[in-house]
Amino acid sequence: MAAPIPEGLPSTHVEKKNKKQKKPSKRYWEKTENPDQRKPEEEQSKDAQKQNKARLINRPLKRKKFEGSEQEKSDPFPGEAPVPKERLQKFKRGEKYKWHPDTLRKLKTAIKFSETVSDLAQDQAARFDLLLPEDAGFLEGDEDEDTCTISQDDIADAVDITSGSKYFNLDLSQFGPYRLDYSKNGRHLLLGGKRGHVACIDWHSKDLMCEVNVMETVNDVKWLHTEAMFAVAQKRWLYIYDSKGVELHCIKKFNDVLKMQFLPYHFLLATASATGFLQYLDVSVGKEIAAICTKMGRLDVMAQNPYNAVIHLGHPNGTVSLWSPNQKEPLVKLLCHRGAVRSLAVDKTGTYMVTSGLDRKLKVYDIRMFKHLHSCFLPAGASCLSLSQRGLLSAATGDVVQVYRDVCGSNPLTKPYMAHRLRGQVCGVAYCPFEDVLGIGHGRGFTSMIVPGAGEPNFDALDANPYRSSKQRQEWEVKALLEKVQPDLIVLDPGELGKIDKATFEQRHKRKVESLGFDPLGKEPFKPRAKKKGRSSAGAVERRKKKVAYEDQRDVIRESVQEKMEKQKELEEKAKAMKELEKKTALDRFRK
Amino acid sequence: MKVKVLCRNPDDYVRETTRDIQRVPRNYDPTLHPFEVPREYTRALNATKLQKVFAKPFVASLDGHRDGISCIVKHPKSLSTVISGACDGEVKVWNLSKRECLRTVQAHEGFVRGMCSRFCGTSFFTVGDDKTIKQWNMEAPGYGVREEPINTILGKTVFTGIDHHYKEGTFATCGQTVDIWDEQRSSPLRSFSWGVDSFNCVRFNPVETELLASCGSDRSIILYDTREAAPLRKVIMKMRNNTLSWNQMEAYYFVCANEDYNLYTYDIRYLDIPVTVHMDHVSAVLDVDYSPTGRELVSASFDKTIRIFGKDAGHSREVYHTKRMQHVICVRWSADNKYIMSGSDEMNIRLWKANASEKLGLLSAREKAAANYNKKLIEKFQYHPQVKRIATYRHLPRELLRQKREQREMKLAQRRKDINIRKHSKPGSIPVVTEKEKHVVAVVE
Repeated sequence: MAAPIPEGLPSTHVEKKNKKQKKPSKRYWEKTENPDQRKPEEEQSKDAQKQNKARLINRPLKRKKFEGSEQEKSDPFPGEAPVPKERLQKFKRGEKYKWHPDTLRKLKTAIKFSETVSDLAQDQAARFDLLLPEDAGFLEGDEDEDTCTISQDDIADAVDITSGSKYFNLDLSQFGPYRLDYSKNGRHLLLGGKRGHVACIDWHSKDLMCEVNVMETVNDVKWLHTEAMFAVAQKRWLYIYDSKGVELHCIKKFNDVLKMQFLPYHFLLATASATGFLQYLDVSVGKEIAAICTKMGRLDVMAQNPYNAVIHLGHPNGTVSLWSPNQKEPLVKLLCHRGAVRSLAVDKTGTYMVTSGLDRKLKVYDIRMFKHLHSCFLPAGASCLSLSQRGLLSAATGDVVQVYRDVCGSNPLTKPYMAHRLRGQVCGVAYCPFEDVLGIGHGRGFTSMIVPGAGEPNFDALDANPYRSSKQRQEWEVKALLEKVQPDLIVLDPGELGKIDKATFEQRHKRKVESLGFDPLGKEPFKPRAKKKGRSSAGAVERRKKKVAYEDQRDVIRESVQEKMEKQKELEEKAKAMKELEKKTALDRFRK
Repeated sequence: MKVKVLCRNPDDYVRETTRDIQRVPRNYDPTLHPFEVPREYTRALNATKLQKVFAKPFVASLDGHRDGISCIVKHPKSLSTVISGACDGEVKVWNLSKRECLRTVQAHEGFVRGMCSRFCGTSFFTVGDDKTIKQWNMEAPGYGVREEPINTILGKTVFTGIDHHYKEGTFATCGQTVDIWDEQRSSPLRSFSWGVDSFNCVRFNPVETELLASCGSDRSIILYDTREAAPLRKVIMKMRNNTLSWNQMEAYYFVCANEDYNLYTYDIRYLDIPVTVHMDHVSAVLDVDYSPTGRELVSASFDKTIRIFGKDAGHSREVYHTKRMQHVICVRWSADNKYIMSGSDEMNIRLWKANASEKLGLLSAREKAAANYNKKLIEKFQYHPQVKRIATYRHLPRELLRQKREQREMKLAQRRKDINIRKHSKPGSIPVVTEKEKHVVAVVE
């Protein structure tokens, strides 16, 4: 018999476990239990089993109670706090791999590992978002109050002194109208008056860094990669000055420049000239990278796409063309307006383009799809456009600057968010990066306007730091130069480099043939050996050549011919059968 | 009217004192960091170039031997101690960190054929052409005391190799037979032979310690169990193997250096086909050693180069050569996975870095992070043609390059011929033989 069972306790398995009575494991010297003997015992204990079942159901409940009383102090929200989905979405890069049923095991593990790593990175970045110190600005009117009626003076009075001081006017009536440019970190301001006045200002501290008169027409001004240098497009040539106003270079290869754009990650200065040339100057080595004759006449409307460094040019015939330095033809040409294009702006994600034309329309395009989203009619037409980091659009119409909200999206424009009237014709508008400030250059000088909610509240100090020290600047400059992106990487989709090259064999082969100049896989033509005794006569040679001609294709040809023959045979048989059917008359069916 | 305008307090963004470190607030928003991929690619390209710039693998040369180096042995406990034996019977003990010879022993008459150190690091064994096995103390004798072996065993035939058991006081020698010896006895415990006249190399398995493998001159690799009376299994290849080495982490793998210029990794569970064929040498491979991590292996060849292979890579990731280095006879990977020792015909032992561009010495945390980041970048963009071109290019001496081309030509010609033969014979009559299958003749139980 098995181990002795205490009386009064039914000997079922469950019961024993409940009571935590351990049955000693069976030894080989013990007899095996006879199943017949056990049966009656089991029947007897059926009632007990039922009880057990009830107890079993109760058990988890009991345990819960027990846990609750024991661990009341424990964390009610164990683990890490969940991250909202939209925030995670912000840091998402690319789609997850779609599993193919016969993906190799090795590849599977590699992909899974990389996916977990990128998920972790995404999660960490999203969590870090909580720690960002600043919040974006905003402006809300009272009931029945329109935000566009609130004057700058009221805003400046309502906010703190430092912010209030960001609204100021520079009365420069002699040399206007003014073009302007903010440096990449938003710390420094560059002003260029049409009649030769150039000034750079550290506008946070309102320090004047330099002020010169170049004694020539100034078409455009642009900061280069740091605040130590800036480019000025003058009447004939392009000049580079340092922050003290000393002329460093006069670049005579670039003449009659009207508009300039600086591509900070490529260290390229793109210039558009009155002669229709789009030129690229690499400012790190001082070389002209590309000079493209656009054949579109005078180029005075220019913008860059900050997402992919493609230059957008607006033309008098109402088209907008997209350019990269690697191609002599435009990447894309878009017909946007019925009249000439007056101004252009592209948002920082590279999704939307806003254009205004002589037809007094303001149009918003999705430039990933090259699709027109919506347009609106501005009575005076916009002469200057600018998009802020957070997507506010400023449009200068005559001497009024209007700011629109929610431009980027499918909703059509309604009324402006803010408006400000100036004393002269507006010549240039630009948002200051990382600040709620819109700089306006006009005929009577410069106005700095407060636009709450325009700037990105949190900067990344490794990318653009308004508070950097000179040491930090030097370090940044070295790092930035080291990772200067080569101009040949300017394409419409900058992420293309990270994607799998899915070129077919033919495409790759074609590329190889082009680069090598000959076909490495090509077969040499058969040259028959010279033979004696008249066997190298022209006819004999031809015959010999015929022997090997298309040798590699013969099998295929033979097969295809055979196939064709079979098909034809089949068809013929079918036709025959049909003919026989046709021969029969309706009465034939009664024939025996 | 409710209004809020961005207003930053500069004190929150600027360091408090000049002794403080600079504040670097971060924002990881992808829209603030455009050109992610092109910039990363540029970084990867720079990292690859820098890796090339810093690739200075040669560390030191230890000279002092008066004949070619025939074998090198690592000390099992001390990283800096290395013992080398030369073709004139001289054995030298070296201190690697000081790069000097600590001790010189005239151990044998004629070649020192093989050496091994005891697992505890107190003594080492040498075998030589004079048919003796000698056990030496690792410590140098006191001043004025003559250099004498602890133990000398006179054998009947010449021994060509020796290896010590990893845990017990037994060792194995090879010559005309493979003999298992007890340290305390002067005659072998057991002798194995399987119809061959001589063996070149014998190695104990580091994990399954009773298992050992030997290379025979009849082109065979034989596995033995010391507890059994007869050998376990034999693989016969097309050409002779010179040496073999066990993977110390996955001890069911071993790699053998073959006369046909290739190395073959075998799995002892499936001996009929090698797991990997490591090709690249242009002459017979003379010695091979696994790294202590078991992820890589280094081989020495008669073509005067050392090559480093990934564990399962068909081609080498690195090749080391110098103008002065002649036929490399022996090579060892140091126990800290950082250095490679090679002994060559022209009497020098050379010390190489295992990772050519690695910075030696202590690294600061930032240096380490940068190195790791660069490594990952190179790995990520390794298939981009520019990166690949720079990363895989190795300068080779003209003679070597010529041989390499010649052999490629020969291989292509052979392949062409095979294809033609197959084309003009009855379909299916000539099977396709893969490179792995080509070199194994038979497996005998």
